[in-house]
Amino acid sequence: MKILGKSRLMAATVAFCIAGSTAAWAQTEIQWWHAFTGRLGNLLAEQVDKFNASQSDYVVVGSHKGNYSETLNAGIAAFRAGEQPHILMVFEVGTATMMAAEGAIRPVFVVMADAGVDFDPDGYLGAVKGYYTTTAGDMLSLPYNSSTPVLYVNRDLFIEAGLDPDMDLSTWQQVDDALAGLKEGGVTCPLTTAWQSWVHLENFSAYHNVPFATQENGFAGLDTELAFNGPVQAKHIETMGNWTRDGKFIYAGRRNEGGANFRGGECALFTESSAGYAGVKAEAQFAFEIRSLPYWGGVEGAPQNTIIGGSSLWVLAGHDSDDYNGVADFLNFLSTSDIQAKWHQDTGYLPITLAAAEQTKAEGFYEANPGTEIAGMQMTAKAPTSNSKGLRLGSFDQIRGIIDEELEAVWAGDKTAQAALDSAVERGNMLLRRFEQANR
Amino acid sequence: MEKRVRFRGWLLPTLLVVPQLAITAIFFFVPAGQAVWQSLFIPDPFGLRSQFVGLGNFVFLLSDPFYRASFVTTAIFSASVAFVSMAVALWLAVLADRLIKGSGTYRTLLIWPYAVAPAVAGVLWLFMFNTRVGLVSWYLGLLGYDWNHTLNGEEAMGLVVIASSWGRISYNFLFFLAGLQAIPKSVIEAAAIDGARFWKRFWTIVFPLLSPTTFFLLVVNVVYAFFETFGVIHTITSGGPQQSTTILVYKVFSDGFVGQDLGSSAAQSVILLVVVGILTIVQFKYIERKVHY
Repeated sequence: MKILGKSRLMAATVAFCIAGSTAAWAQTEIQWWHAFTGRLGNLLAEQVDKFNASQSDYVVVGSHKGNYSETLNAGIAAFRAGEQPHILMVFEVGTATMMAAEGAIRPVFVVMADAGVDFDPDGYLGAVKGYYTTTAGDMLSLPYNSSTPVLYVNRDLFIEAGLDPDMDLSTWQQVDDALAGLKEGGVTCPLTTAWQSWVHLENFSAYHNVPFATQENGFAGLDTELAFNGPVQAKHIETMGNWTRDGKFIYAGRRNEGGANFRGGECALFTESSAGYAGVKAEAQFAFEIRSLPYWGGVEGAPQNTIIGGSSLWVLAGHDSDDYNGVADFLNFLSTSDIQAKWHQDTGYLPITLAAAEQTKAEGFYEANPGTEIAGMQMTAKAPTSNSKGLRLGSFDQIRGIIDEELEAVWAGDKTAQAALDSAVERGNMLLRRFEQANR
Repeated sequence: MEKRVRFRGWLLPTLLVVPQLAITAIFFFVPAGQAVWQSLFIPDPFGLRSQFVGLGNFVFLLSDPFYRASFVTTAIFSASVAFVSMAVALWLAVLADRLIKGSGTYRTLLIWPYAVAPAVAGVLWLFMFNTRVGLVSWYLGLLGYDWNHTLNGEEAMGLVVIASSWGRISYNFLFFLAGLQAIPKSVIEAAAIDGARFWKRFWTIVFPLLSPTTFFLLVVNVVYAFFETFGVIHTITSGGPQQSTTILVYKVFSDGFVGQDLGSSAAQSVILLVVVGILTIVQFKYIERKVHY
């Protein structure tokens, strides 16, 4: 609300100046709709304030519009009403929807070129840039916050259960042994997860270099079909189903409900976004550690690289050309290494530019906070393949809902892993065909 | 001075009726017409282009087994909500009607839950039954019952029915109490003199005389369960697990605003319109016949 108050004051000032014609300048307002509240919202507001203080031609006004889905809906509704903001934060799941909306968006590479801003998209990490770039190499939206799943370990519970907390947990086979030991040692929640579809199917597929969907996971065309019911994924989900039955994997919910159980010290292992680091560090009353996401030993090509989650900034069409110069300046400001390095260190999101990663390293942040470099290493260890560039699927927010439902059927013991994945693929494909038809 | 009940000419009566007609047209006929029109197209989310598909959206919907299952879910849900909220309200109203002391306080307290918004009611019940930190689920655990509505569809349905009925009980209670108080005492006293016990009097005299109220509440509660329970479902289950609590109106929302599939969403609104229309006709044609006014 502080932001809003400030913006009103600013608007009033601008109006006063224009009305009185006393000033030789007038600031152009740049609207930015985003989905962050709390600590992330404050850090975002700090970036905006810094930009506004650094120059006098433009005023960026940030407005919180609800969660990711609500922000996207607000942007779409506003566009239909002709009241769209200049910049809209869209989560990675909405990428295909935005890309298909030619005429509603102004690609970032065009905005930058028109404004004559010296902007180098190659400064961004390949795995991050690839998600928001066309197959021709044009960057359509500016990466903002990106994270990738990692494994959090409660070392105290390992010791309590009589296990070596330094034991190797690189593969799921080793995790299987650890879960047996933890269960035997009396741990009530050996393993839990957040974002099951994102971690255990989307990232899982990329990490094992198997397709999540045909047509390069949707990058190569709208006629893509889901393909995550292959043998590698089915085996993993089946194993997790068995762990659920044996009380080794505790399902807590579709989003990050499991985080409360891990931070409270109940769970020994937790697969969650690297961005969960700040929360765990603040709350955990036990020794914890971050490890790479496990993979199945024996699967060819594994471990490949994991993919990102998070959001990017889309520039919407329909404003004056001078406004876009301001947008270009602001986006360029956001991609500077000072801003990026601070964001990475404050939030646990990935350093998305190479310069920010190097700066963070040089500042000694990784030595002071061991484990925070793992997410970045895991993403950049290998050059991404067509299976590990990311996902570009229409209606994907809803498809995730379908995947959640089918996985819940496996955890409840109602369906076998293969049957559930087959059904999720079939139902998801129906939505993909609708999306293809709507964007033909 | 001339006093006449009939209007002279047509101008004034037309003017008096126009506001009502305008409101009906602007807020009902135009949006409903737009929904019907939109249901024939598949638009893209931003409204940049759209394709005419005729009845394609309806064919797509009716060939979807999950959509057909949603009808059954809605029927079970609405019937349960209407029954639970009306039965409990009637029981409480009968008890309150017999109270002599403190009936005012009792009544006021019973009416309170009606002031709680559905979404807030949803969150309240969600916290009580939360699988990890919920008070009720903890006690159930002590009794040896493992409550988990995130995986068990029947438990999820039970929970959304309770949460939706809870606030509604107050509303129904008010009407039932008023209905009970409108029944002439002399009829009941006459039956009592003839030796009829309380429950006998209730089923043979009170309940039939209460039927206009019951009928009215039935219509209102079914419509409530169809449309206004959205907030409860959204906060507690989001339609899960495995679509076991996805009622028709929730699917309209999730396809339209999560999936951005506005064509399918519009087609579902049209189907919903037809279903509620048929339901109301059936209620008035068949159930109303048994109502004594």
